[in-house]
Amino acid sequence: MGETVLTAPPATPFIDVERDFDAPRDLVFRAWMDPDLVVQWLGPARYEMVLDRWDARDGGSYRYLHRDDQGNAHGFRGSFHVLTPDLLIQTFEYEGAPGHVSLDSMTLEEQGGRTRMRIRSVHQSVEARDAMLQSGMESGMNEGFDRLDAFLERSAVSAR
Amino acid sequence: MPTDQLSVVFGALADPTRRAILAQLTEGDRSVADLARPFTVSQPAISRHLKVLESAGLISRSRRATTRLSHLEAEPLREATSWLVRYREYWDESFERLDDLLARLQSSPGTSTKGSP
Repeated sequence: MGETVLTAPPATPFIDVERDFDAPRDLVFRAWMDPDLVVQWLGPARYEMVLDRWDARDGGSYRYLHRDDQGNAHGFRGSFHVLTPDLLIQTFEYEGAPGHVSLDSMTLEEQGGRTRMRIRSVHQSVEARDAMLQSGMESGMNEGFDRLDAFLERSAVSAR
Repeated sequence: MPTDQLSVVFGALADPTRRAILAQLTEGDRSVADLARPFTVSQPAISRHLKVLESAGLISRSRRATTRLSHLEAEPLREATSWLVRYREYWDESFERLDDLLARLQSSPGTSTKGSP
């Protein structure tokens, strides 16, 4: 079982994700590209994964929704650029935070039948990335969280 | 926060009634009877929710005379609701499902070679 390593190098607009998989590179790549496979793993199991659009070619675009059992849906979209196992480049935007688009690149490297995946998300500025790291949950992500967010803001102020 | 404890916290936060209870506690400490009032569910049902929240570390409970008061614990809540923690949880869960999928694809040779050179 691999471990997800997540890093946000200081003074950069990057967020990096690294993970090993016990499978050959071509199969990992297919799991990312094939719409029939993507819906089987992308996102936590408690959400229903709905592929609205999945045009996996250079210049194509995608949009998918994570729908919870309360009927709330969270949309994600972007465009594909480079699509090879050596390098996959796409843009990514959460519709709950419109305008915050990251440029994501992924490399897959095979060694002895295992595959190391590296993803680098480049945000629009160091400030934008840092603000997001420090932020709480996106507002409106879940009902009931608004008041919790406000409470956490108040308690952060009083703790200073 | 270790990943296992984090799963417990997310499990606790996934329920809308429990989030509503936490939202009430942002106003101050409350008894079970106070917390049950806005809901159609029974006090024992609320007590069960409180037990889940307590084991997740999101609330602590104290006794004042004959009343048990629930208190919101800010730090675990802050940690669990931070963007980075949620981002990690998202990918952790996705990649575990991807592990399972890759294992299934490799155990059925008919599909594992499809699309490969």
